Amino acid sequence: MFPAGAGGIRPGRCKGECSLDTNASIKLRNITKRFGTTLANDRCWLDINRGEILALLGENGSGKTTLMNMLSGIYYPDEGQIFIDDKEVVIRSPKDAFDLGIGMIHQHFKLVDVLTAAENIILGLPGKGRLDMKAVSDKVRRICQTYGFDIDPDQKIYDMSVSQKQTVEIVKVLYRGAEVLILDEPTAVLTPQETKTLFKVLRNMRDDGKAIVIITHKLHEVEEVSDRVAILRKGSFVGDMPTKDTNAREMTNMMVGRPVALNIERPDPVDPKPRLEVRNVNLTDEEGIQRLFDVSFTANSGEILGIAGISGCGQKELLEAIAGLQRPDSGSITFMPEGQEARELIGLTPRQIQQQGVVLSFVPEDRLGMGLVGSMDITNNMMLRSYRSGSTGFLDMKSPRDLGEDIVKRLEVVTPGVTTPVRQLSGGNVQKVLVGREIASAPSVLMTAYAVRGLDINSSYTIYDLINQQKKEGVAVIYVGEDLDILIGLCDRILVLCSGRVNGIVDGRTADKEQIGLMMTRLEGGEQEGGSANG
Amino acid sequence: MGESVKYAVKEPLVHITRRTDIRSWKAWLIRVASVVLALIVNALFIYSVTGLDPVKVYTVMIQGTFQSTYNFLTSMRDVALLLCIAIALAPAFKMRFWNIGAEGQVLMGGLATALVMIYLGNAMPPWLLMVTMFAASIAAGALWAVIPAIFKAKWKTNETLFTLMMNYIAINIVDCLTNIWRGSKSSMGQINANTQAGWFPRLLGYRFTINIIIVLVLTVVMYIYLKYTKDGYEIAVIGESENTARYAGINVKRAIVRTLLISGAICGLAGCITVAGKNQTISVNTAGGYGFTAIIVAWLAKFNTFYMMLIAFILIVLEKGAIQIASAYTLLNDYAADIITGVILFFILGSEFFINYRVVFRARRDREEEQA
Amino acid sequence: MSILTAWINRAIWFGTVIMFASTGEIITEKSGNLNLGVPGVMFLGGFAGFAGAYYYENATANPSAAMIILIALLCGFAAGALGGLIYSVLTTTLRANQNVTGLALTIFGIGFANFFGVRVLGGGTSVKAAFARSVFATPIPGLSALGHVGNIFFSYGFMVYLAIIVALVVHWFMYSTRPGLNLRAVGENPATADAAGINVTRYKYAATCVGCGITGLGGVYYVLDYGYGTWSTANSIEALGWLAVALVIFATWKPRNIIWGAYLFGLLYWLYNYLPTLMGFSLPIYATQMFQTVPYVVTILVLIFISTKKKRENQGPAALGLSYFREER
Repeated sequence: MFPAGAGGIRPGRCKGECSLDTNASIKLRNITKRFGTTLANDRCWLDINRGEILALLGENGSGKTTLMNMLSGIYYPDEGQIFIDDKEVVIRSPKDAFDLGIGMIHQHFKLVDVLTAAENIILGLPGKGRLDMKAVSDKVRRICQTYGFDIDPDQKIYDMSVSQKQTVEIVKVLYRGAEVLILDEPTAVLTPQETKTLFKVLRNMRDDGKAIVIITHKLHEVEEVSDRVAILRKGSFVGDMPTKDTNAREMTNMMVGRPVALNIERPDPVDPKPRLEVRNVNLTDEEGIQRLFDVSFTANSGEILGIAGISGCGQKELLEAIAGLQRPDSGSITFMPEGQEARELIGLTPRQIQQQGVVLSFVPEDRLGMGLVGSMDITNNMMLRSYRSGSTGFLDMKSPRDLGEDIVKRLEVVTPGVTTPVRQLSGGNVQKVLVGREIASAPSVLMTAYAVRGLDINSSYTIYDLINQQKKEGVAVIYVGEDLDILIGLCDRILVLCSGRVNGIVDGRTADKEQIGLMMTRLEGGEQEGGSANG
Repeated sequence: MGESVKYAVKEPLVHITRRTDIRSWKAWLIRVASVVLALIVNALFIYSVTGLDPVKVYTVMIQGTFQSTYNFLTSMRDVALLLCIAIALAPAFKMRFWNIGAEGQVLMGGLATALVMIYLGNAMPPWLLMVTMFAASIAAGALWAVIPAIFKAKWKTNETLFTLMMNYIAINIVDCLTNIWRGSKSSMGQINANTQAGWFPRLLGYRFTINIIIVLVLTVVMYIYLKYTKDGYEIAVIGESENTARYAGINVKRAIVRTLLISGAICGLAGCITVAGKNQTISVNTAGGYGFTAIIVAWLAKFNTFYMMLIAFILIVLEKGAIQIASAYTLLNDYAADIITGVILFFILGSEFFINYRVVFRARRDREEEQA
Repeated sequence: MSILTAWINRAIWFGTVIMFASTGEIITEKSGNLNLGVPGVMFLGGFAGFAGAYYYENATANPSAAMIILIALLCGFAAGALGGLIYSVLTTTLRANQNVTGLALTIFGIGFANFFGVRVLGGGTSVKAAFARSVFATPIPGLSALGHVGNIFFSYGFMVYLAIIVALVVHWFMYSTRPGLNLRAVGENPATADAAGINVTRYKYAATCVGCGITGLGGVYYVLDYGYGTWSTANSIEALGWLAVALVIFATWKPRNIIWGAYLFGLLYWLYNYLPTLMGFSLPIYATQMFQTVPYVVTILVLIFISTKKKRENQGPAALGLSYFREER
């Protein structure tokens, strides 16, 4: 029997123990959420059980986080219902969620920097008006002891490492007596050892009878830690099954919707020559955390160099260092143009790099926050790279407009016109505009960060084609990606970053996923120098 | 079966989402509606406090500007002044630099003008005197704005609070100097009252023609500067996203300093216009709060200098109208204008919400779903 | 000695005005609302407090001290809170820009107070609430007679002590209570506070209204004690209002620091009047204003200092001046 109100047809596939009439403790039914014109979740179903670790699997942009945000009260669904123990509930705010015993650990930590761990933990809790911080600290220490966490309740958050902050988040949820814990890609920022500890804790909590949801797009984690896996694709629920009854291939198929027979073209590099040489680059960010350690590699012309790694392992810093947006502490970044003298780029600003005659294109991860100005139209966004052209102080409005119109036509950007603010375009079209502009300047080096994140298949292939085209024209392409299949299918060589270090460079034609996956998570003893392919 | 349960669920009564797709005529309709609403609220206020016929009061208010050529011209003079300061603030605000210090920058510009008039008034030919006055006021205004800008660029020192403090330093400096100049007299009187050295000459028979011409030119120039120049483009990019600006190779620090030099310079010029073209004297009230009002003008006009003209005009009509009703009705005084202005500002500020966000009520949502 | 005590007396009267105003503004700013309407709110509070007291004492044959205190404080607080409510509706619910809204509130507050003020004046330049003034200026009996000590510490009306108590209570509230912790979180990081189940909107409204109410009390004290119980259109409330905004920075957003900061500002502000006599030289009249600049200069130096030092504890609330929208993405 369906519980009251849970009508409708259950979408997706089912296998093994699960059946249509579920007696799950938490049920999400037909949840739909739109952001403007984009459909983030489309009539999603999900069952969550106590005493079980559920992996919510899906590619980036498949709506996993949005769906869980509705369970934790951050967003309110446009349509659909949520049932807890067969009773329909309304979760209008995080407070409602807490009251129902639901706690979420967000990917971007929700902590107040200037407060201590203990203060963060009791934030927003009801209780006596007067604070007894000592009692709180004691209780926090007790929880830490129970699960083997190591944090100082009186330490300020801004003094903490990333994994300590995550620990605070988890303790925060436990302190509130949460019965349902949702973790959004918790391992993205952790070292393998830290991940192992985390998983142990999660199992302990499961054995305690808690319901655990872990959002991830990493198959090996699903297999390692979860009891059941539910898969989302493009905002829709695809199916769920016990983890033991499935395998990586099946899950991948469900995730991407078809077997990963990626048909990405990979022409052989023609006459590759060193174009950009990075040597021993170290970089410390504004917060004083060292992000890059002795990074060395060479990017060749007419070749795509992939960069693989867990997110937050220094990819962003590396690209920004090359682009002149962050200043490395030491090392060298040398540009070697065809038949000309080599030029040192380190320490130069983006403008100075440009003035050196180096055309360096960069498609950053944050498209609307860095690569484009969301509120400006396509023409004005074209100008970001070219507005300085012309000898007068006035802008040349015509050529950017022509370029914009050309890109709209050539890349089939869906937009009412070049005067529409880019914020109003869909993700794929935004990216076409950005990539279109970046390659329009005929670069010698093209860097892309997560170029296909959140894009549909068609748009993704358009982007691969564009990148390959650049490669054929002799551009040195650096492609930072997260999907290993694509990296392996597209790139000539793949550099694997691990915690800010180069963990080796492998040949894209012979590499396999497992090998790269291992290199991403484990730092190897001997560092391989850049340029030595076939790792 | 499921459907019937759905309506028993308590959704939030109102649900707010951001919107980016509103048509511009609709946006203007909302703004006009908000002004109309504000006028109605003000009318209720006037009626309930004084029992006067609000329509009559409004009519008298409008006469403050349009009753006579003299009224109209002085109004235009003040519109020009307010507009001039708003023009000065536009580039700073457009790049999200909160220059709350226009009051002080105007005063410093006025002070520089007064200094030149007093000490060099008889020492140089009129044209050179005029040039010196302009140069001095521009430099003084720019100096007053660039100090906070440098600290903002270098250490991200909060510019809202910094510029605010600079106002009072300027006020005290002017207070000090005017005290020296007036000596034992109760007020300074007009500078160079005999020689009229440094006074803006009459043009086309009117006293304030030069003021208005300068500001009209500035209006056009600033419009072009913001919209069609490379500097203006940089300002727009920085205002939207400093990250993108760095990505595009814009030197953000230099742009901040450059823009505030311009902003302060125009404020200084406004001070010059006030001293040489309006009051022919200086006091702590020379800026007269216009430095603050201009912020509102620039913000509400979204930094479009021609919209600013309209908003400055409306605010001055209100101000002049207040003086008019204060003399026409014993029950009202000229502070009524501040209330009326305040209420109108509140409504316009509030109306932006309905332009940027969509508000969906529970009942309406259900209806929309039924239709779908 | 008597000059020194006179200077200290003056500094404490002066300091009490901005102590109320700054304490109120700190509460407001801790919720992330940078209210530049302080002068307007002080005008609202000051006028309402005065009007309440004035009408009460003129309407009653034998006005009672307790009643007049109650009426003045209630009116002043309520009027200030009303100003805060306008600000909250616009910035929190309707997400209008905080700086612009604050300035509009200043225009409105000054206009509103003076519009009705002129009606109370009825053609004159000032009116006096004599009884209220006497009540508000009554020093502590007995203790105030203890020579210089009594003069320096106990010769003030009750609001001087109330201001200190309010500042201390606010400090205690901010750092030792649960709602205080929640409030700080709202101003630092509203998204986090929201995720922690704190009703951000409610906190912003409450903090702004209560804060503005206390700021309004600064206006009441200005009119009924500092200003000798007289209402006139010429007063320095606006200048003091901006100084109160400065004091918040000077105190690095900690209510405890407001207490000595306010008195220090008072000493600095009245430096020109007492120091020369004390040191035995005379100051040209025009130099007085230069001395009054000192508090602003000191504030700027503090502002620069905290921005270069980057010490987290001394910064203003991280989300100060920004409006919060949960579904922003």
